[in-house]
Amino acid sequence: MNILVSLKQTFDTEAKIAISGGKIDATGVNLVINPYDEFAVEEALKLREKFGGEVTIISIGGDKVETSVRTALAMGADKGVIVNDPALEGADECVIAEVLAKAIAQQPYDLVLSGRIAVDDGSSQVAVRTADVLNIPSVSSILKLEIEGDVATVTREIDGGTEELEVKMPALFTAQKGLNEPRYPTMPGIMKAKKKEVKTVTLADLGISDAAPKMNAPKYSLPSPRKAGTILSGMEAPDAARELAKLLHEEAKVI
Amino acid sequence: MAKGIWIIVEQSKLEIRKVSLELISQGRILADKTGEPLVAVILGKGIAGLADKVAAYGADKVILIEDDKLENYTTGAYTSALNKVIRKEEPQAVLLGNTAIGKDLAPRLAQRLGVGMASDCVGMETDDASFLTFRRPIYGGKAFAEVSANARPVLATIRPNTFPVGAADESKKAEVVTETAEISADDLRAIVKDIAIAVSERPELIEANVIISGGRGMKGPENYKILEDCADVLGAAVGASRAAVDAGWIEQKFQVGQTGKTVSPTLYIACGISGAIQHLAGMGSSKVIVAINKDPEANIFTLADYGIVGDLFDIVPLLTEEFKKLQ
Repeated sequence: MNILVSLKQTFDTEAKIAISGGKIDATGVNLVINPYDEFAVEEALKLREKFGGEVTIISIGGDKVETSVRTALAMGADKGVIVNDPALEGADECVIAEVLAKAIAQQPYDLVLSGRIAVDDGSSQVAVRTADVLNIPSVSSILKLEIEGDVATVTREIDGGTEELEVKMPALFTAQKGLNEPRYPTMPGIMKAKKKEVKTVTLADLGISDAAPKMNAPKYSLPSPRKAGTILSGMEAPDAARELAKLLHEEAKVI
Repeated sequence: MAKGIWIIVEQSKLEIRKVSLELISQGRILADKTGEPLVAVILGKGIAGLADKVAAYGADKVILIEDDKLENYTTGAYTSALNKVIRKEEPQAVLLGNTAIGKDLAPRLAQRLGVGMASDCVGMETDDASFLTFRRPIYGGKAFAEVSANARPVLATIRPNTFPVGAADESKKAEVVTETAEISADDLRAIVKDIAIAVSERPELIEANVIISGGRGMKGPENYKILEDCADVLGAAVGASRAAVDAGWIEQKFQVGQTGKTVSPTLYIACGISGAIQHLAGMGSSKVIVAINKDPEANIFTLADYGIVGDLFDIVPLLTEEFKKLQ
């Protein structure tokens, strides 16, 4: 079974966000694999252990993205493809999906996995859009995946519960927390990863000439500081509870 | 030519979801500002009876897409049905709730149409140049992006509880049209086999007006009872931080935060939650935040509008009693 994992490099979730020259400032920020994409890598490795085949990591980004691709290879993935092209600066989800689909379609695959959301822009669009370009079925936010022949049975999270679907492969699934526990790269894994193949391609290599976004360039801002709250301390519990209830009722008017 | 602001109405067992009513109410305001008609689109089986309800909230026109194959939501069938009618009618904007269905459907539909989309928006305004601009949190709410599209229609999913539900006026009527879907075998490559909705008297987390959440300070699963008692007085949902979920005290579906649900209630009460940045990512857009924590240095107090430094096991039952008096 050939599995492709679409992986995004993101800021560490602890990163402080600053804006410089109208852009999000990446200076000094620790870059990691998007946490949800780690679930996708883990699931791909588990499926390869069961069915054989290859796990290929596909990522779009600049020179720094290779470190995250190598981390996924150290976890056990077989090879990587990086799409690195300055024309993708300012690309929106519509463009990225076209590019990913082209990169994916260059190799044989049975399954595409990704995280359900990237914790940086939080748009949660690219994977599902990519499935549409590839004309394969997709299921978002899966918690469980079983494969028999060319049919996958998946459990997906919905509001207030779960649903089970049967999906004809090839297909694309996005991973929700709970699908698995991602493994850590081992020392031998890290050594091996250094020798694994990582191919870098450009838009021209993929036969893409038009990368015009459908969205205008975003304007970024930082949240305005919240005004200091009313914090009750040093009061007896009954007095504090009575006072808080009163504030919520009379001042905030939310009770 | 004015082609309208469209709201894709979400219904479950023929009940319209609250977020859809929020979008119709806000859509009415935008429609009046722009002179565009407000169109509500309902998909499913046996849905004709829902038209009057969306009309009462302000829709000028209701499009019903009725098909047995649309009874349960599937990505393929819903995308195909909407793609057909959107290409025919050419709306300016198509708005959905940022729900499990909205998050799955909107990007696939946007790609099929070859257009842009704004996800999980917490604000939208009319704009002469680009019709609508959207405000959306990024980096877990540590920054905001203001976005707009250069192609039509623009698609967007709006976070539940962002806009209020307006008053219903039963005397308002809308033009109702029925469209057919053409669902191919390719659209049905993913088929729903089973739906398991947990039976709960409490509201769904992402749509709740009030949420009371417990974290590491809850000390164990048995103690969630005191939050549940308080929730039942307030008609609230119960939530949890990652620490409590990872400790196995409460199911993951109750988790609020970066790796859980994103919520935006009117009132969020955080009990025994330190306020890690990843938790704030999931509840930072709540309108009023209350913190109850023993540790006066807890980060949650920097975000809280109100708080009590104290033992939640003393405070919460007393608060429940105070809330009862106010109901």
